[in-house]
Amino acid sequence: MTRTMTCIECPQGCQLTVEAQGARVISVAGQKCKCGDKYARQEIEAPLRTLTTSVLTRGLELKMLPVRSSKPIPKEKLFEAMDAVKRIVVTSPVKAGTVVAPDFLGLGADLVACRALNKL
Amino acid sequence: MKNRELVIVGGGPAGMAAALAARAAGVEDVLLLERDQHLGGILNQCIHPGFGLHHFKEELTGPEYADRFVRLVKEDHKIEVSLRSFAVKLTTDREISFLRPGALEEVKARAVILATGCRERTREMIPIPGSRPAGIYPAGLAQKMVNMEGWIPGKEAVIVGSGDIGLIMARRMALEGVSVKAVVEIQKTSRGLVRNVGQCLEDFGIPLYFQHRISAIHGSGRVEKVDVVRVDDECKDIPGSGFEITCDTVLVSVGLIPENELLEMAGAELDRRTNTPVAEGVNLTSLPGVFACGNACKVYDLADSVTRDSELAGKMAAQYLLGGRAA
Repeated sequence: MTRTMTCIECPQGCQLTVEAQGARVISVAGQKCKCGDKYARQEIEAPLRTLTTSVLTRGLELKMLPVRSSKPIPKEKLFEAMDAVKRIVVTSPVKAGTVVAPDFLGLGADLVACRALNKL
Repeated sequence: MKNRELVIVGGGPAGMAAALAARAAGVEDVLLLERDQHLGGILNQCIHPGFGLHHFKEELTGPEYADRFVRLVKEDHKIEVSLRSFAVKLTTDREISFLRPGALEEVKARAVILATGCRERTREMIPIPGSRPAGIYPAGLAQKMVNMEGWIPGKEAVIVGSGDIGLIMARRMALEGVSVKAVVEIQKTSRGLVRNVGQCLEDFGIPLYFQHRISAIHGSGRVEKVDVVRVDDECKDIPGSGFEITCDTVLVSVGLIPENELLEMAGAELDRRTNTPVAEGVNLTSLPGVFACGNACKVYDLADSVTRDSELAGKMAAQYLLGGRAA
């Protein structure tokens, strides 16, 4: 079966043509760099997305702290991840890269602060 | 009035890149004015990934991209950062007045870089007829509310315009549990990046209507529904093609207008259509010693490109300042 998809690895957004049988990729065409091939294979097999969102803080300079998953997580887990994130309140100062919630989904991905926030 | 070498207005990606580049090129005294309580500008609310692929060769979120520059700016003691400082006046001979808590300061700069960014185009600028209920937001304002204040603007949203901010907000609202019913685009194609159509709309099953427009917004007190109509190649309504979408929120993502009030005040020439400075080249204005960079100079798709060109602006300002004295 032939599928077309847009590579989301960079702003170029290459149009990929993917030849696949079920979850087995036979060929990928249309990519301008090697990321496209990797993306298409992952997308057919098990799509992954990086989660970025904000979590509530208490006693820090800003009301919300922007956070991201330390690595991409399965696409179908995004809403589950959002539910987990909504229960978190950050109360200690952080730097960009500070782990806010280790392995927050049991998938090996940490929730990581994207900026520094100090005490109010 | 205090004399300063270089004054930069705006502490977003453009202003920070210009400040660092000017320092690297030998400017010894930089004053960086930022109206917010933090550096970073709009990057602070752009919590999605996609930044830094060109400049840092890795994918960062907006706040992470900002953080890298903020650290460098803070380390450099010859860049004085003045936060909560709002520039209110610029004159032709580069006198700047700015408000900061409790004071009106006046400085005379030998060179000025305006890195004041953009404002959003609003509903009134398209325009959409109908009533004027609550629940209509420029998409970038909604982005700040959701990402920085933790306020979700509504339960059921329709997005007008398929620029990147609209697409990214469609995904953001969907993730926060808002039912995003449609993105309505009058053109035949999205003005946003193709990858955003994929990862922001298709991932969440959000319908995108090309060659459609919102013909009216209804609601008393709060948005209740919008009328949508299909348009032909001349953007004229196609009779009988109209339908309604029930929603309580409308996000308007119809482009950005460079913010150049200070430049206008100083008597520089502006292109009335785009609100960008009229000058011989990128980063220049019609006034000697006054430069403009980033989205104030022209609207960019990528923050990385803003960084690249703003570094150039910093260098140009340094050359202007040091021209007579050094290389």
